[in-house]
Amino acid sequence: MALATFWFIVTATLWTGFFVLEGFDLGVGMLHTFVARDEAGRRAAINTIGPLWDGNEVWLIVAAAAMFAAFPSWYATMFSGFYPVLILLLVGLIVRGVSFEFRGKVDSTRWVRTWDVLLTVGSLLVPLLIGIALGGLLHGVPIDQSQEFTGDIADLFSGYAVFTGITLVLLCLLHGATFITLRTTGAVQDRALALARRIAPPTILAVLAFQPWTHSVAGGGVLPDVLELVAVLAVLAAGWLLAGRHEGWAFVATTVVIATTVLSFFADLYPRLMVSSTDSAFDLTVHNSASGGYALKVMSVVAIVFFPLVLAYQGWTYHVFRLRVSAEQFDVPDRGSG
Amino acid sequence: MSQIDLARLQFAMTSIYHFLFVPVTIGLGFLTALLQTGWHRSGRADLLQLTRFFGTLLVINIAVGVVTGLVQEFQFGMDWSAYSRTVGDVFGAPLAMEGLAAFFLESTFLGLWLFGWDRLPPRVHLATIWLVAVGGALSAAFIMAANSWMQHPVGYTVDQATGRPQLDDVWKLFTNPVFLRGYLHVILASLVTGSVVMLAVSAWQLRKGSSPLAFHAAARLALVVLVPVILAAMLVGSELGVTEGKYQPMKIAGAEAQWDTCQPCSFSLFQISGGKNDMTPTQIIAIPHLLSLLATNHWNGKVLGLNAVQAQYEQQYGPGSYIPNIFIQYWSMRVMAYLAVVVLLVGLWGLWLLWRKRLSAAHRFHRVAVWTAVLPFLMNTAGWLLTENGRQPWIVQGIQLTRNGVSPSVSTATVATSLVVFFLLYAALAVVALVLITRYARKQLAPPPAEDTPVPALTY
Repeated sequence: MALATFWFIVTATLWTGFFVLEGFDLGVGMLHTFVARDEAGRRAAINTIGPLWDGNEVWLIVAAAAMFAAFPSWYATMFSGFYPVLILLLVGLIVRGVSFEFRGKVDSTRWVRTWDVLLTVGSLLVPLLIGIALGGLLHGVPIDQSQEFTGDIADLFSGYAVFTGITLVLLCLLHGATFITLRTTGAVQDRALALARRIAPPTILAVLAFQPWTHSVAGGGVLPDVLELVAVLAVLAAGWLLAGRHEGWAFVATTVVIATTVLSFFADLYPRLMVSSTDSAFDLTVHNSASGGYALKVMSVVAIVFFPLVLAYQGWTYHVFRLRVSAEQFDVPDRGSG
Repeated sequence: MSQIDLARLQFAMTSIYHFLFVPVTIGLGFLTALLQTGWHRSGRADLLQLTRFFGTLLVINIAVGVVTGLVQEFQFGMDWSAYSRTVGDVFGAPLAMEGLAAFFLESTFLGLWLFGWDRLPPRVHLATIWLVAVGGALSAAFIMAANSWMQHPVGYTVDQATGRPQLDDVWKLFTNPVFLRGYLHVILASLVTGSVVMLAVSAWQLRKGSSPLAFHAAARLALVVLVPVILAAMLVGSELGVTEGKYQPMKIAGAEAQWDTCQPCSFSLFQISGGKNDMTPTQIIAIPHLLSLLATNHWNGKVLGLNAVQAQYEQQYGPGSYIPNIFIQYWSMRVMAYLAVVVLLVGLWGLWLLWRKRLSAAHRFHRVAVWTAVLPFLMNTAGWLLTENGRQPWIVQGIQLTRNGVSPSVSTATVATSLVVFFLLYAALAVVALVLITRYARKQLAPPPAEDTPVPALTY
């Protein structure tokens, strides 16, 4: 069924878009207190993603909605089965989402520091927990013949799933640190670059381990495929480019690492959607979990019309806010009415 | 409490909470866009100040609305996986469309509006706030199309192999009579909410005497929008009642606690007792013919009683009770309608003061207007209780019972834990949001930027 495969690709693309775009937002959220010594610097870091993060997070919402609409059983089994992970994920998303808006709204150091902590922790939880959930799809959890999850909480935290989470956290950290380096000036930029260089080695190691592990969990042996090879080469390139202070190209490299890591994960998953550790006959697949042909056709039309439009106006947003942000902009106490 | 009770409680709590913020986002979004349009056309500095003042309230509100919306999207799969599995083919499509066509628009242009004050040409910047408002309203359209399908399923066939509904005509989802009236009703209710909030804040400011000219302008805008909009909301709501009465007779019979079929039917202003199984409540002040008129649009219209519909449903769907909680049904309808009358009267009072040019000094009105802010939130909540409780025991009318929609693999303890987590988190969030909104609503207007300098961005 060709349309179901098309929607698998759409879903994989949405998750990839989410990690490429929101990836650096999450990194900035985790790092904003570490790249600055003062409030002006922290605000500079946060304001590099200020106009962007909300639109970027929609990629997650649409990814989940696409799963619901195109593969209702995937959405149903995964979201009910991974309940505890998703509760924590929601808590992370909520505290992170409001902390952007709330942290600067009261003139009190304690208030601001509280939201800084929540922003940092929330930004850490999101990639970690999404990674655990995605890793679980490929690693497999107990699922019976009626596509119901039959395991318990321990089944959600397999070694591979946790490592997927850790890898995504590291990738977001590297992506975010590189982004801050690219988008700020002065002391904040210097500290972000130094941090990016320190984050690079563990990230390289994680990617080097993650690609063959993924490929072998998927049953393809330890030899990586082309996408995975590109991911490995790109993460090495990112480390090298950061060492040479080419933050622009380094950002291109971290973008490629994230994109190929997520895409190759989904390529390894295909045609399965969710592996059953009980019996591979109970796997959820593109074929046994998709919506009917008419629903998929309608949504394909909607996606083909609106997706380019979304890319166009989000791209334009990045163009509008292309200038670097400097801490000096935030030294003045006057903040308009906001 | 069983898993299903807890899951229902969780859905009710998170939905009601989410919908405290949604109508403010939609209503205040359009009003802020109107203020900025006014500034753009006239160049009046006070309209710019007001745009940024109410824009700040708007974004605090949007922040909570967005994060609580995430919970809504995830919850279908987490707590209602059997429902999601059964109806995802139909119900999922409008949700995916919402993300692609509306939510991307709203979120991306919100960023552009907040941070684009000094980057975008004024005309383009004005367009961004309109796109935020349109995106919010469009978002509600897709969600309402999905919800209306649960009230009155259309545009589907049942797959013979799986027994699940499959979409076969997407156009019917968006021409569903329940959707057309329900969506209009929600948009009008949102404009009511936004304008009452703007009126209340302006009244507070006028009472304090800060920037009286500016807040007089804001109060005037709020009143001019409020009165026609609440009248329209009441009319459309009454039409929606007739439509729902046709497809969901239990909902309307329940709203009057009408156990026996009647023709013509009177409407009781109040009743005493009349709980779940009390078929003989004491009705106080019954207005003849009014229920017939409300439920059927006819002076002598016939309204099927709960017992008659119950007998019919038992024949159609098998044994069991198909009667919703009548107490909630009866009172949610009255709370919504009576408070609407109160809001209308406050609006008319304000318009009269405006006409007599006494709005700025009318201290008694200011005091009343401030407290009126609470009412739209009660009305919105009551309206949703009426709609959702009235569908029970169905999760999708005639297709799936609520008790069959719950997740089979999720334990009672898990739902209970998450209910506690969300309750605490939402309570904390409510306190913070309320403190921030009241704090910013009571601030003085920030001075306008000097001539020839760009308007600064609203940064974090």
